[in-house]
Amino acid sequence: MTDLDRVVVLAGGLSPEREVSLRSGERVRDALAEAGVDAVLAEADSALLSNLRAAPPSAVFPAIHGASGEDGAIREVLGLLGVPYVGSVPSACQMAFDKPTAKALTAAAGLVTPASVTLPRETFHDLGASAVIDLIVAKLGLPLYVKPSRGGSALGAGPVHTAAELPAAVLSCFGYGDTALIERFVSGTEVAVGVVDLGGGPRPLPAVEIVPASGGYDYSARYTPGKTEFYVPARLPGPVAAEAARVALTAHTVLGLRDVSRTDLIVDPAGTVHFLEVNVAPGMTDTSTLPLALEASGHQFGATCVALLELAAARGG
Amino acid sequence: MTGEAVTAAQEPISQPQRTDRYVGQYADRAVGMVASEIRALFAVAARPEIVSLAGGSPYVAALPLDAVGDMVGKLVAEHGATALQYCTAQGDTGLRERICEVMALEQIRAHPDEIVVTVGSQQALDLLTRIFVNPGDVVLAEAPSYVGALGAFAAYQAHVVHVAMDDDGLIPEALDEAIARAAARGRRAKFLYTVPNFHNPAGVTLAPGRRHRILDSCRRAGLLVIEDNPYGLLGFDGEPMRALRADDADAVVYLGTFSKTFAAGIRVGWAAAPAAIRDKLVLAAESAVLCHSSFAQLTVREYLATQPWREQIKTFRELYRERRDATLDALAAVMPPGCRWTRPAGGFYVWLTLPDGIDAKVMLPRALSSRVAYVPGTGFYADGSGGGNARLCYSLPDPDRIAEGVRRLAAVIETEIEMRDDFGPLGPAAGSLP
Repeated sequence: MTDLDRVVVLAGGLSPEREVSLRSGERVRDALAEAGVDAVLAEADSALLSNLRAAPPSAVFPAIHGASGEDGAIREVLGLLGVPYVGSVPSACQMAFDKPTAKALTAAAGLVTPASVTLPRETFHDLGASAVIDLIVAKLGLPLYVKPSRGGSALGAGPVHTAAELPAAVLSCFGYGDTALIERFVSGTEVAVGVVDLGGGPRPLPAVEIVPASGGYDYSARYTPGKTEFYVPARLPGPVAAEAARVALTAHTVLGLRDVSRTDLIVDPAGTVHFLEVNVAPGMTDTSTLPLALEASGHQFGATCVALLELAAARGG
Repeated sequence: MTGEAVTAAQEPISQPQRTDRYVGQYADRAVGMVASEIRALFAVAARPEIVSLAGGSPYVAALPLDAVGDMVGKLVAEHGATALQYCTAQGDTGLRERICEVMALEQIRAHPDEIVVTVGSQQALDLLTRIFVNPGDVVLAEAPSYVGALGAFAAYQAHVVHVAMDDDGLIPEALDEAIARAAARGRRAKFLYTVPNFHNPAGVTLAPGRRHRILDSCRRAGLLVIEDNPYGLLGFDGEPMRALRADDADAVVYLGTFSKTFAAGIRVGWAAAPAAIRDKLVLAAESAVLCHSSFAQLTVREYLATQPWREQIKTFRELYRERRDATLDALAAVMPPGCRWTRPAGGFYVWLTLPDGIDAKVMLPRALSSRVAYVPGTGFYADGSGGGNARLCYSLPDPDRIAEGVRRLAAVIETEIEMRDDFGPLGPAAGSLP
């Protein structure tokens, strides 16, 4: 039995990840309901504050992806209201959500992360896009990977194999945000490592190896059931798997994250683990990696959500 | 730091896991049924914070909802045993008689036997494609064309050949060329799919002078015409246009719907077809749905019999005219140089052509961040073109919201122009319309 009276699962939002967030939120709500918890799904809209005031929940489970959900804004407001919530505090969210900041902090802690540049749209405008692009290619080489500095689900992100492809990739990226992170592309095994803290300190979950049926792990490959194969645990040699776990745990700790996170990594052919990014509101959909890792390590999904909410409720707002 | 991995409670899973155990068993036609970024973006467009010029939904709030409610209650009380029972696959006879009265407004003289009731006209499109199209068969459709029709054609693996339009609708010479080109390749197109009035998405109407030429061309080529006419009664000027079927009932299958003149949620449409095609449609409908909703059909029948439906259509026309005017006024006031758009004389849609080198699909997430939505033109082409266009739908937002949405969109386009100038023209060419 749980002491939770009633919980609110926040999902939706206005970012391009709205649909994914709704799927995550519905899955969390259903799992909680199955575990006997009175859980309701709520939007972060103009009705939220009055509803939370009128009927304060035991805790909130934020499942909003993208801006406002992962940048700390909603959590900041929950803090102002004194409503307990699962997950990281706003300042940690801000550092994790901003990929260049997360890369810089994890690199300072000794992790390996692909060489990159971060440039706002204005820089291309002010200095001349063509000259800046030439400089990027000269410095980082090819292939590259372009993504918005803030955001997820591979929206606006993609590989660049030739210099001629780079302007279009940057333009696509700017559709989702005004700052582009342009990384040296590292080929290898794509791996996601979840970290959960159920009260005994943060623990890495088994690494999930991601093998898209064709092409990259883009939006379609992420959210079309069957378009990607997952190996849990990842088919990595023992020492490499341990290193992947260490990298995820280091990222979680260095960024000051709380309760749950998911770190995305690439393991190159030499076995070096490269940190790409970390997510403070990992996807919980039926095609997401964190639930797979939980199940593979013997954690029931619903029971884990309940445990995280109980910890949050005990912590208070 | 705690570095120990959580111990697996079971043996490590060495086999790959897929979140769909039936991968490999789906038919080829399901290959394209995947999650897409664009669908994800439309999930945002549905939020009230966004001014959505995307949708395509009629303004059903303008219906006399209390009267419709009373009518439905009476229908169940007095005819419940029929309304809640199966019916024939061809559809309720009384409704088909009423449908003939509706088609008479467009000068079609039809007999109820020619009518097959369908679940919206979308099901008629599905059934017609099912009975005519083998994988790889050619279907001719306007450029651009209705996305729902393209979806039905894709489901049966048709090869869609687009035919150019201009401000006067389908260009007869372009149709002749397309027919000849298919013939030169040893392929005969199975049918021409056309939306002659207040086109979705282009907003243009097939000029009266072209209608006979189009019919003549199709007759010569032995080509069936599918005349899809959801907006024909929603013209803003004068009387409804004469339907193509009014001039050649043997060569034209006419598709109608009550979605725009009554209620989209009722899902009642129809096909008026030559007898042989009608028979096959009835059999195909039986296998698809056994029969259509008696309740929905009788609701429409009662609506047409007891409610002032002609007056209601006038109400809709005025409402949409006001919204069309708001859209055109706002576009003229704020759109940056290089943008062009059509000026619909009815229906729901304006087709916007963006300045050269701007891609409506790439621009969409930025538009949503600015809280305005539209449909990129690529959705209306089977061949991936149309990236330089956007469909704006004015049927749902009130005029002030439309003006605000167009203002937001103009600002987004200004930004895109600036980026195009920074990075060079990377976007695709626009479609053929002005």
